[in-house]
Amino acid sequence: MLHIPCPYCGPRDETEFHYGSEAHVAYPENSANLTDEEWAKFVFIRSNPKGWMAERWVHSAGCRRWFNVWRNTINHEFGPSYKPFTQQPKSPA
Amino acid sequence: MATTTRRRTVELPDHPDFLWVADQKPKKSYDVIIIGAGGHGLATAYYLAKNHGITNVAVIEKGWLAGGNMGRNTTIIRSNYLWDESAGIYDHSLKLWENLEEEVGYEMFFSQRGVMTLAHSVSDVRSKQRNFYANHVNAVDSVWLTPNEIKEIAPIVNISEDIRYPVMGATFQPRGGIAKHDWVAWGYAKAAADMGVDIIQNCEVTGFKIVDGKVQGIKTTQGDIAANKVGMVAAGHTSVLSKMAGFDVPLQSRPLQALVSELNEQVLDTVIMSGAVHVYVSQAHKGELVMGAGTDSYNSYAQRGGFHVIEHQLAAACELFPIFERAHMLRTWGGIVDIAPDASPIIGLTPVENLFINSGWGTGGFKATPGSGWVMAATIASGEPDALAKPYALDRFISGHLIDEHGAAGVAH
Amino acid sequence: MSTVNFTFDGKQYAGEKGESLASALLRNGVLHFTDSSYKDRPRGVMGLWVEETNALVNVDSGAGEPLKPATTIELVEGLVVRSAQGVGDLPDTRDNSRYDKANRHVDVLVVGAGTAGLAAAKKFSDQGKSVIVMDDKPTAGGHLVYLGQPVPAELLAVLDRENVTYLPRTTVQGLYDQGYSVATERRTDHLDANVHTEMSRIRTWHIRAEHTVLATGAFQRHLVFANNDRPGIMLSHAAATYVSNGVSLFKSAVVVTVDNQGYRDAIRLHNAGVQVSAVVDIRKKVSKSSKKSSRKAIEKLGIRLIKGATVIDTQANLDGLLSSVTIVDPKSDLRETIKTDLLAVSGGWTPVVHLATFIGIKPTWSEKRAAFIVKHNDSLTSTTGMLAGDFGEDDEAETFFGPKLSSEQALVAFVDFQRDATYRDFKRAIDAGMRSIEHVKRYTAIGTAHDQGKTSGTVTMGLIGQAIGKAPDEIGSLTFRPPYISIPFAALAGRDRGLLSDPERTTPIHAWHVASGAPMEDVGQWKRPWYFPKAGETMHAAVLRECAAVREGVGVMDASTLGKIDIQGKDSGEFLDLIYTNMFSTLKVGMSRYGLMCGIDGMVFDDGVTTRISENHWLMTTTTGGAAKVLDWLEEWLQTEWPHLEVYCTSVTEQISTVAIVGPKSRELMKRLAPSLDVSNESFAFMENKHAEVAGVPARIARISFSGELAYEINVPAIYGLHIWESVMSQGADLNITPYGTETMHVLRAEKGFVIVGQETDGTQTPDDLDMNWIVSKKKDDFIGKRSFSRADTARDGRHQLVGILADDGSYVIPEGAYIVAGSDAATPPPVKHIGYITSSYESAALGRSFALALVANGLARKGEKIAIPMADRVVTGVITDSVFVDKENTRRDG
Repeated sequence: MLHIPCPYCGPRDETEFHYGSEAHVAYPENSANLTDEEWAKFVFIRSNPKGWMAERWVHSAGCRRWFNVWRNTINHEFGPSYKPFTQQPKSPA
Repeated sequence: MATTTRRRTVELPDHPDFLWVADQKPKKSYDVIIIGAGGHGLATAYYLAKNHGITNVAVIEKGWLAGGNMGRNTTIIRSNYLWDESAGIYDHSLKLWENLEEEVGYEMFFSQRGVMTLAHSVSDVRSKQRNFYANHVNAVDSVWLTPNEIKEIAPIVNISEDIRYPVMGATFQPRGGIAKHDWVAWGYAKAAADMGVDIIQNCEVTGFKIVDGKVQGIKTTQGDIAANKVGMVAAGHTSVLSKMAGFDVPLQSRPLQALVSELNEQVLDTVIMSGAVHVYVSQAHKGELVMGAGTDSYNSYAQRGGFHVIEHQLAAACELFPIFERAHMLRTWGGIVDIAPDASPIIGLTPVENLFINSGWGTGGFKATPGSGWVMAATIASGEPDALAKPYALDRFISGHLIDEHGAAGVAH
Repeated sequence: MSTVNFTFDGKQYAGEKGESLASALLRNGVLHFTDSSYKDRPRGVMGLWVEETNALVNVDSGAGEPLKPATTIELVEGLVVRSAQGVGDLPDTRDNSRYDKANRHVDVLVVGAGTAGLAAAKKFSDQGKSVIVMDDKPTAGGHLVYLGQPVPAELLAVLDRENVTYLPRTTVQGLYDQGYSVATERRTDHLDANVHTEMSRIRTWHIRAEHTVLATGAFQRHLVFANNDRPGIMLSHAAATYVSNGVSLFKSAVVVTVDNQGYRDAIRLHNAGVQVSAVVDIRKKVSKSSKKSSRKAIEKLGIRLIKGATVIDTQANLDGLLSSVTIVDPKSDLRETIKTDLLAVSGGWTPVVHLATFIGIKPTWSEKRAAFIVKHNDSLTSTTGMLAGDFGEDDEAETFFGPKLSSEQALVAFVDFQRDATYRDFKRAIDAGMRSIEHVKRYTAIGTAHDQGKTSGTVTMGLIGQAIGKAPDEIGSLTFRPPYISIPFAALAGRDRGLLSDPERTTPIHAWHVASGAPMEDVGQWKRPWYFPKAGETMHAAVLRECAAVREGVGVMDASTLGKIDIQGKDSGEFLDLIYTNMFSTLKVGMSRYGLMCGIDGMVFDDGVTTRISENHWLMTTTTGGAAKVLDWLEEWLQTEWPHLEVYCTSVTEQISTVAIVGPKSRELMKRLAPSLDVSNESFAFMENKHAEVAGVPARIARISFSGELAYEINVPAIYGLHIWESVMSQGADLNITPYGTETMHVLRAEKGFVIVGQETDGTQTPDDLDMNWIVSKKKDDFIGKRSFSRADTARDGRHQLVGILADDGSYVIPEGAYIVAGSDAATPPPVKHIGYITSSYESAALGRSFALALVANGLARKGEKIAIPMADRVVTGVITDSVFVDKENTRRDG
């Protein structure tokens, strides 16, 4: 049971959250101009690193806010969490 | 002296005197390198040798042979998936299973005891019946069971109307069943090794040698190894490898947990899955209950998940199988599963010439072991995707031709 | 101490309440406890606690439990147990015990109430921290309890402090990320042999600790020599403790040891009146302090000390019990057989490293202590006591796992007692090429039984090291996994049983539905009435009646379960334009519009009617099952992609109740319910909303129709839901008002060709596939999903499209999900190429026959084509038609 550091509420149990995978994947404003391959990258490719990952979670059973956080996928250690559209803290790596 | 007759378990036969060379060192080059000595990788090496006469092969494993999904597994074997493409590859695999022990020459405890998938609501029944009819037109054996028929096959199922989500019916694949994972892996490994395949353990890939878009070999913790063709069959670590090779794959690695009980008296002689009530279970030859459920929700390479997933699974198990209330959970384990957006595998070519991929089997890889290996071997041997593998090309995500098996893939999704 | 009676294998014995079953049986002279799982070798108690490998029982009394070590059962009056031979019983009776769970946040969790754990608890408690101390035994003190020594008072007093919670009989089963641990507390088994329901039998604790101290101690391991498994061979600490507590089975003893623990136990045996014939120590030389503390003490008592020697074999009497042991010196030709009925084995302390390994802390091999220890101290976790390698002052040991064996001896030298796995099995594994402990484990089954290698694990690692010339550290510790000891399924299920296994969501009108006798359908977590049978009516008859009543008169349906999301903010219209495939920003205030939602992959995933309440206030409805998912979806886009849009979303599914009155007579009924409302078509048009008092309460009425009939959806605050329903029923009585359920709702909409997301769709259909091109705006630059429509496979010809199917035999209802083949393939046996499948299929009261909706490849161009549906027992023939069967001109909706 991960203890996830919601930047609004503080650390809470994993079951209060939904996972959102890789952070900072922006919706392409010009999708009509993208090739099928470029578009597929946005739709389907999300990073899957073995190590530190900047990912998204939403605190569904709490403040219902989305946020980003650094987490190490090797040992589940959490780094700093940060609100959307704020400066990304350096990777703890 | 005891006044009671004690229950006994069955004794399994011994493994053979010799399996493979311990601490095998790699040669400087091979015709084919397979990265990953899991079930699929070992099966690939076996079929390269057996079907195609290609024996100058090395299987490179970063840990100990078959230490991933083949090290512990809920071992459900079935082919009753929804889409034609899935029926193709999974049923080819099942047909191979049916003759595998004899062909490979290794006891695998393959037991075609049937696999039952329960339906718990009107919409659940509807979607499972669609699956049942899909199996029918694809000539994949499938039976629809009423609650009473379920009870007849598996008396321990609670078919009462009093539980939260009563059982309303089930699909049943009689040809489905189970096998012992490590025996399967070792059978393939030994047979491949006997045919000349080198199995190199404790050898981690650290990079690829790629020249002009064509793979020339791999770099490892035991030195550089050259190869004409390289196949990536590394399951949860596929993204790590593809990143080294310079291309993206739409995979996410998630924890998948399962658990086992102590040896108990035999009360269940078929395999039962339930999507709505989140649990699947079988009882192995010696008597241990083997159970699993869904993945944890986040990316992980830690080989462990959260305990709440286990608790939910056991609550579900007690509802469906009240006789399990007293059974002891003896051990839990967690592995890494690589999940593609459509819960279907990714097999075939990559942007790097002569570098082939076979991954994305997610939570359903064990049953596909023979079929996957067969198809991957054919693909590597010819350089072109085998007919059964074609639908699973990496570029299907560009065209949009996904093969969405989230429903039929069982509880895990 | 009171005497209790218990039954073992059908025979009655007496013991003391609270003493272990193992101890009681030994005191009653029962040494041959059971036989081994495969080889039927006689076995007896060998250990003190959970490390016990032989003496397992199935418990029949109380709640009943399979495979419990006799060493961990506290005697109670009426205990009934049977010896097990490796297999647990699963009786077919319910376990009516209560099981529950508790959650705690705490500053410090201390695992283990031995002296080290108590000292740690004291340290943190002194700092003012909140502390929980858990110990798996009934009393605190760790080894002191076995030694019969009192715990220092100032340590024991810590457990009574206000900021300290002490939980005995509580096993920490797993340690997880960020200080989370799971423990099981046994609360009633030691009280009596009853099934308890007034309190939980086992409580599962979930603890979130800022810091966890692991003070889990250690147990001994055995040595591998020929016939090392006989009844009468015990771990030395266990032997000394049993004998000190009144076990009089043994007149003489030999102690074999690799460390000074053997000496301490020899002295205890001697003091308890056992004749210790010899202490056999593999160590030729020991340190001065060891000599002082142990060897001198032995000499003083006149006990023979044989240095540099070990046990190689044992012999048994006619009953299979230990009768003598053979010792050898591997470096000389010493070989001697000594008569004895007890062999106390001190094979080395094995710290309980499990919890540390669960979170990835790797044990290291301590050469001095011949043990895997965990020395760890960071903000989250620390170790102390024997786990950290602190065994006490004279704690040296020799790394030794057993003597060299002949192949004959190897056949009966046991590595894992529970699996009957011998040194021969182990050696075969090495010769077969196994090097990793994980391979050896799987090859031999060592470590896979009930005890999960608690004693055999380290032994095996040592043997591998010896076999291939590597130090134990190079081999590495075994992978341990939770749980530490086995747990009954029901305990972990806790209270999540029966109706508590998942919440039941009901509408405010639910009680009325139930009282009417309507069977309920599970739609996700919701209970919805499926149909409303009159007395004796079958479902088939009820649904036909309900359908006819709606199309000819007026029906009423509880639509309260549909997801409802309140959307406000000046950019709501712009936002909805991005979310839906069609245009919403141009929707007039007071109007409703049906919308379709796609994912970024262009596939339909939800639909619903959204109403513009006022300029910047909207009410979105979703499918019943999709509500939470859609709200999450909306928030994801607003918060992570378009924060510049001022839009606020709130779930109001449960705040609003919706009662739909449907049918040509619904206008008359609406008039009666809302006398102030002008219900004429001109005043109240299709898809328009009006606010009015209905049955005396404020309501928003929408002219939305899912059946094609004239219909009014009456939306009220949820507390008025039942009142509206009852008003509808009483005001509509003379109009033959007919309540109808989900089945009829399904049929009516299908007759109109309206899709149900999740039935006509499975996540792989675009709006185009559903013949709903009309709902895809051509004016919008972009909306979610649009780009995906033009992908190669999404835009190609031949995709499955929504059509109707009429079976040639109108009395036959084609099963939903049935697959369709071309008419020319009617006789082709499977495998046969299919062209689609049936998504919805019903008998239609309006048509007087069956009909179906289906997804067929290129279906829209194939209307009129013959098809076949191969079933197991027949082939159904039919034709592809349009997907709208009733009221193709849409004239009925105005009444």
